Amino acid sequence: MGSGVNAGVTRASASTGASERDWTNPLRDPRDKRLPRIAGPCGLVIFGVTGDLSRKKLMPAIYDLANRGLLPPGFALTGFARREWGQEDFGQVVYEAVKQYARTPFRQEVWDRLAEGFRFVQGSFDDDDAFDRLEQTVADLDRIRGTSGNHAFYLSIPPSAFPVVCKQLARSGLSAQDVEQWRRVVIEKPFGHDLQSARELNEIVDEVFPEDSVFRIDHYLGKETVQNILALRFANQLFEPIWNSHYVDHVQITMAEDIGLGGRAGYYDGIGAARDVIQNHLLQLLAFTAMEEPTSFSSDELRAEKIKVLNATRLVGPLDETTARGQYTGGWQGGELVRGLKEEEGFDPNSHTETFAAITCEVNSRRWAGVPFYLRTGKRLGRRVTEIAVVFKRAPHLPFDATMTEELGQNAFVIRVQPDEGVTMRFGSKVPGSQMEVRDVTMDFGYGTAFTEASPEAYERLILDVLLGEPSLFPVNEEVERSWEILDPVIEHWAAQEKGPDPYPAGSWGPESAQQMLARTGRAWRRP
Amino acid sequence: MIVDLPSSTTSAVNRKLVELRETGGVLALGRVLTLVVVTDDGADIESAIAAANSASREHPCRVIVLARGQRRAAARLDAQIRVGGDAGASEVIVLRGYGPLAADEPGAGMVAPLLLPDAPVVAWWPGEAPAVPSGDAIGRLAQRRITDALSAKNPIRAFEQRRAHHVAGDTDLTWTRLTHWRALLAAALDHPPYEAVTSAVVAGEAVSPSTDLLAGWLSNRLGVKVKRSPSSSGAGMSSVRLNRPSGPIELIRPDGRTGTLRQPGQPDRLIALSRRGVPDCLAEELRRLDPDEIYGAALTGVADIARGRTPVKVEV
Repeated sequence: MGSGVNAGVTRASASTGASERDWTNPLRDPRDKRLPRIAGPCGLVIFGVTGDLSRKKLMPAIYDLANRGLLPPGFALTGFARREWGQEDFGQVVYEAVKQYARTPFRQEVWDRLAEGFRFVQGSFDDDDAFDRLEQTVADLDRIRGTSGNHAFYLSIPPSAFPVVCKQLARSGLSAQDVEQWRRVVIEKPFGHDLQSARELNEIVDEVFPEDSVFRIDHYLGKETVQNILALRFANQLFEPIWNSHYVDHVQITMAEDIGLGGRAGYYDGIGAARDVIQNHLLQLLAFTAMEEPTSFSSDELRAEKIKVLNATRLVGPLDETTARGQYTGGWQGGELVRGLKEEEGFDPNSHTETFAAITCEVNSRRWAGVPFYLRTGKRLGRRVTEIAVVFKRAPHLPFDATMTEELGQNAFVIRVQPDEGVTMRFGSKVPGSQMEVRDVTMDFGYGTAFTEASPEAYERLILDVLLGEPSLFPVNEEVERSWEILDPVIEHWAAQEKGPDPYPAGSWGPESAQQMLARTGRAWRRP
Repeated sequence: MIVDLPSSTTSAVNRKLVELRETGGVLALGRVLTLVVVTDDGADIESAIAAANSASREHPCRVIVLARGQRRAAARLDAQIRVGGDAGASEVIVLRGYGPLAADEPGAGMVAPLLLPDAPVVAWWPGEAPAVPSGDAIGRLAQRRITDALSAKNPIRAFEQRRAHHVAGDTDLTWTRLTHWRALLAAALDHPPYEAVTSAVVAGEAVSPSTDLLAGWLSNRLGVKVKRSPSSSGAGMSSVRLNRPSGPIELIRPDGRTGTLRQPGQPDRLIALSRRGVPDCLAEELRRLDPDEIYGAALTGVADIARGRTPVKVEV
């Protein structure tokens, strides 16, 4: 969804004076597909700039954007952290991050221009003086670098720090915007831990920034393969006619990780897999898979369809039978001896935090009535993989003897989100030979291996969209709250149970209860 | 892996490709286009193949290199297939035709059986191109024809030919080299003050088809007087000035590396603006397989530009 999205949202840029509406840029033309949209003059301020996300994802993404010529001349990057760094230290940290993690080749001249715009402000979040200095720095950038008062604030910090940072941004005048200049705020998951807390968090942010200046990052939506779902479904005639309950038996959405939680206890204990992954990533993937066709690819239309499908999504009960949760135990995984969750540093040996969660949803619409959507996620599973598998019903009549189709399974259409991005189709084919025998074969489209080497990383795309004010890839308030509404009953149900999560060995595909949950209706999880 | 097939035919090449696919796993499946590179046999072949391979990472393709060998020789086709590590994400077939096979029509006859079924065909002349690419035997097989006036022996003459014989589907790398410039200029007009441009001056090396083309683009898009002047220094494009009532927007590149964007009432902004390499340009070209109308319009705009004689001083 390239140019179509951009075309629909020029209105979203900051100043909406009368003259802008009347203005058509004579150098732009929808037919001129070579011209990229370069962000207007602006700067980015990162809070929590010493964190992992900032070094591994944000800094390299910013360099890559500069290298692709998509950042405005005079772009400024300001870091804010408690660390006692000088300007040069900050530059050095960014340099090392870029050298190590950037995807495009290092070019000195690009780096030199970018590095001229680096600033670092030292301070803690409750320090008025630090925010005044930040305000001063930003004002200086407007004067020296020409960032024209347009600034985005990236809060790469724990949600508990949001209230104080938002308050500081308002107090120091940093959040103040007018028609001439925009201020935007970027926040990362978790967006709360249930509906109640999500609402509170939204209120805090909304007090300081209007909703259209708030960009919630769900980095899955920045992935090419996720955007490609829309292209696959709505640009082709091949799939949409069978994309409904007449032909689809069920849908499985999986996000599996092979790593454990060593070192992340502080964040994860008490949160668990369902809140960490299902509420945001998996329900968003469900929305992309199940949504109706938007009338256009403008962000408003796209969001309207996503909210519609989320509003139609419900849990299937009884939850005892339609959900499963698990906790990995220690053992040998892939040639490595790993610890179980309860032995991981920082976790309570009696922890009830689940590291595997699976739920069953249904979408109450004519298109999907009766089609279960199974969502599962977990740590220390067989391998790292995210995929959407649409499993089709068996052909209503097979003009073959039973022995001929013994090895024929159900047709499946699998969107591999990561890694090895692409699409797999599974169908039956005749086994060569004099007998009629049908067996499953796969047809493979390797989107990932061939296309993505030069395609942007999710964070690149998302940061650029923030700077352009292009909101279609960011979930809105309503989507976040609706997702919690869907998930909350499961979490409450689990919390009320005496028994903790079911144990599963590291490197397996989850606890036995997860298998039971599908076996009940005669189905089985795909091995991704 | 490199497989040599001396004194061969295209059906032998096709057979070998199928055999390689069966023994070596998936090749040639999922390729999105066929890129035909037309060149004279010589040392330049390898740099053209390298550029095609690097572009193939973005656009998996089958690359057919048609290398025209000695014309005064017996008819012979030497073929070579490169796959795997020697071919990037593509597969490369080099066809060296000698004697009668070095001529245009027989050359196209060798290429045709090797084109991927149903996939678009792009022809690329990395060096000297035919005067009328769309009338060329290979050019007729292709939807898109990519030339490079700058790599011709006489760039000005080559550029004149492009203007005279342009048809939809033709593009020239002189146009691709301008994309960053055009993007920066367009972005500068995205922001206030929203004023019409009253006139423009484009300066660059005396022999620089790209500079002419940028002037042509501005003339066509803006419909105002555009002057094309030589510049006192710098290679290729060196400066653009868009005059507006409140003051000019200037984009200046004196050293061929760093651009300066200058607007009234705003600090100078620096940006990396290096001349782009051929692999980079080729990758951009392959990104679109439909005709580039804007390029066609820019070519017609060249007729309307005014020529200045006084060199424009380019300094920051």
